[in-house]
Amino acid sequence: MKFRLYRYDSEAGGKPWMQEVDLDIDPAGKMLLDALIAIKAQDETLSLRRSCREGVCGSDAMNVNGRNRLACITPLSELKEPIEVRPLPGLPVIRDLVVDMEPFYKQYRSIRPWLVNDSPEPEVERLQTPEDRALLDGAWECILCACCTTACPSFWWNPETFVGPAGLLQAYRFIADTRDEATSARLDNLEDPYRLYRCRGIMNCVDACPKGLNPTEAIGRIRSLLVKRRV
Amino acid sequence: MNTRRFDALIVGGGGAGLRAALELARSDYKVAVVSKVFPTRSHTVSAQGGITAALGNVDDDRWEWHFYDTVKGGDWLGDQDAIEFLCREAASAVYELEHMGLPFSRLGNGRIYQRPFGGQSKNFGGEQATRTCAAADRTGHALLHTLYQQNLAARTQFFDEYFALDLVRDAEGYCLGATALAIETGEPLLIEARATLLATGGAGRVFRNSSNAMINTGDGLGMVLRAGLPLQDMEFWQFHPTGIAGVGCLITEGARGEGGVLLNRNGERFMESYAPHAKDLAGRDVVARAIAIEIAEGRGCGPHGDYVDLKIDHLGAATIAERLPGIRDLSLRFAGVDPAQAAIPVAPTAHYMMGGIPTNLHGQVVAPARFGPEEPVPGLYAVGECACVSVHGANRLGGNSLLDLVVFGRAAGRHMRDHLDENSYARPLPRDAHEAGFARLARWERAGGERVASIHDDLRRTMQTHCGVFRTDATLRAGLCELDQLESRLGRAGLTDTSRVFNTARIEALELENLMGVARATLVSALARTESRGAHTREDFPARDDEHWLRHTLYSREGDAIDTKPVRLKPLTLDTLKPQARVY
Repeated sequence: MKFRLYRYDSEAGGKPWMQEVDLDIDPAGKMLLDALIAIKAQDETLSLRRSCREGVCGSDAMNVNGRNRLACITPLSELKEPIEVRPLPGLPVIRDLVVDMEPFYKQYRSIRPWLVNDSPEPEVERLQTPEDRALLDGAWECILCACCTTACPSFWWNPETFVGPAGLLQAYRFIADTRDEATSARLDNLEDPYRLYRCRGIMNCVDACPKGLNPTEAIGRIRSLLVKRRV
Repeated sequence: MNTRRFDALIVGGGGAGLRAALELARSDYKVAVVSKVFPTRSHTVSAQGGITAALGNVDDDRWEWHFYDTVKGGDWLGDQDAIEFLCREAASAVYELEHMGLPFSRLGNGRIYQRPFGGQSKNFGGEQATRTCAAADRTGHALLHTLYQQNLAARTQFFDEYFALDLVRDAEGYCLGATALAIETGEPLLIEARATLLATGGAGRVFRNSSNAMINTGDGLGMVLRAGLPLQDMEFWQFHPTGIAGVGCLITEGARGEGGVLLNRNGERFMESYAPHAKDLAGRDVVARAIAIEIAEGRGCGPHGDYVDLKIDHLGAATIAERLPGIRDLSLRFAGVDPAQAAIPVAPTAHYMMGGIPTNLHGQVVAPARFGPEEPVPGLYAVGECACVSVHGANRLGGNSLLDLVVFGRAAGRHMRDHLDENSYARPLPRDAHEAGFARLARWERAGGERVASIHDDLRRTMQTHCGVFRTDATLRAGLCELDQLESRLGRAGLTDTSRVFNTARIEALELENLMGVARATLVSALARTESRGAHTREDFPARDDEHWLRHTLYSREGDAIDTKPVRLKPLTLDTLKPQARVY
């Protein structure tokens, strides 16, 4: 199979370049990550992140034929050749397919992603009905791979000020949690022309999410909560 | 030299490391977590089915029954004091996670959802219990993210994408920190700490068929071996019965807990003949052996007869979508099967290391010394899969692994806090403190012939062939011969990637060094244990031998020495559960 891989090593100097690779591999039942590992076995200078190899840890997000995906759950058989593999867009490249995720993590931290509940703790669990718990579905499963945020033009233009779809989805996860007591502070934190309202409903995030989550919908819910509390 | 100073150092950002870190960060000590991946990429994230605690939310339950099941599940090799501690602390550890925000699935009355899991019983061996608390089938994800979030709130200092090289110890054996490598820049550094915790997880990448993440390379075990300390019970590796055939990704035991059954090529529910009472929910070692026998005797499914069927379609699409959404995804992607329509092809896959770094109840690393076989190594702790406390004995029960992380992570964090209270001042660093660790880096500056990746592939094949579900003296010796050759090949290997920036080839070389140590410890320990117990099945010694082997093995690198120490049969308050025949 034919590949075109984005290559860049800041230490070696020079510009990024595209490496053409012809790999002898039977695509049946194999994922893109299998191919990249096979390529790395021949040329170990290719750098990428990977861990779980089953789509749950979020390490190997990259741009494949123009779309952000997790290499480990992208079947080779679905990809048109030459398969063009680039680092996630919109983040500084450290080397090859490895980007600096810090701008993404910083926005995640900015929404204060932890449950706040200052009421005395019961000796047992806090109760939550299955219906209330279901409000978290579609939000708590986020694996922080950054496929969505780095597919978002609003984030490309405002990485310092716009929280981005992944961060906003997590903000919603805590707003929606009936056990959390900081809803109003969380809404204050987002009521800002940039942090939330830079979302223009482009919906690239929904397309890009490898877990089938819908950040745009969560952002819509935060918006309506903000409207509701104003009236 | 770049040196950083903290009160406490945690190596590993999975569930165990993060739980311990939280305990320390909340008590005003400065704690650093070094992790070779961003913490939520740690392997805890892959845990599916749940965390076991006798909450009794669904059915009557008592922690004493959990104790009985865990001792029996571990084939009496587990230390009963540690098991009592685990089961007693379980409920509070789970409630605490819920208070931290873990999004558990819920029952109609608002309490935490629990499901039946393998090896669980009521009334000391009676009917099936329902004891495993779950967040759908992504409990590990929920747990790891929750603990990471709480550590962010507590302002734990994270060294993300730093690879730990070696422990730093002084002449009196005190652990004073560790050397590490910043993966992004290639800069080595020394992190000084008055207490160091290893929480580096498992080493399942030593086998070819494995459920483990690619990062599970036994880095903490390698560090301990190089420090001259022993590893305990390394012959005990759990082969999970239901990995996706040919791929190894896990299908949770929860699939059988929710009502799934295993079928052979004749459509027979074969577990009925191996475990008439518990059937598909017998101990994992029992089910894995049964599948291996079905396949070996020609009753496997598929064109090559190399797997069995896991049937869950009778649960219905709605239950699968609600309770098992993650395994539906995995099955669709990796087996091309919608489990609501057809059976999932499964075969045993290397899953969990019961052995590891010997510790006591407080997570203190212990080693034979002047005053006995279990002297604490001052300043050094270990928790989680890399540690052997030992609660899992010869075979871990499903749902007890996440529990181990939080119960002993919390206990170790507390003990480290006390240790820091009592040891206010750092001991002087020896002048050569960094040398061993930095020498590991220098070794890989050398160019050489063979590629590291091919040696790793061969190591995994060797361990799979010679040290899998069934073992004999001959296979293990053959494995050791091949390992000798692999080690000399690794000695001659070199890197073509000379960049300092995000050089993952170098990381893989350093990881392979650790895996080699794990492989040797496993083979030598497995050869020494001339009995079958739990997950360790010797075809040439098919019976359990309590007279000689109700003992832990201790492997040391120096001369491949094997020592043993007795199993702690006395619980903290309960009566000893005397060894019995283990039947499900």
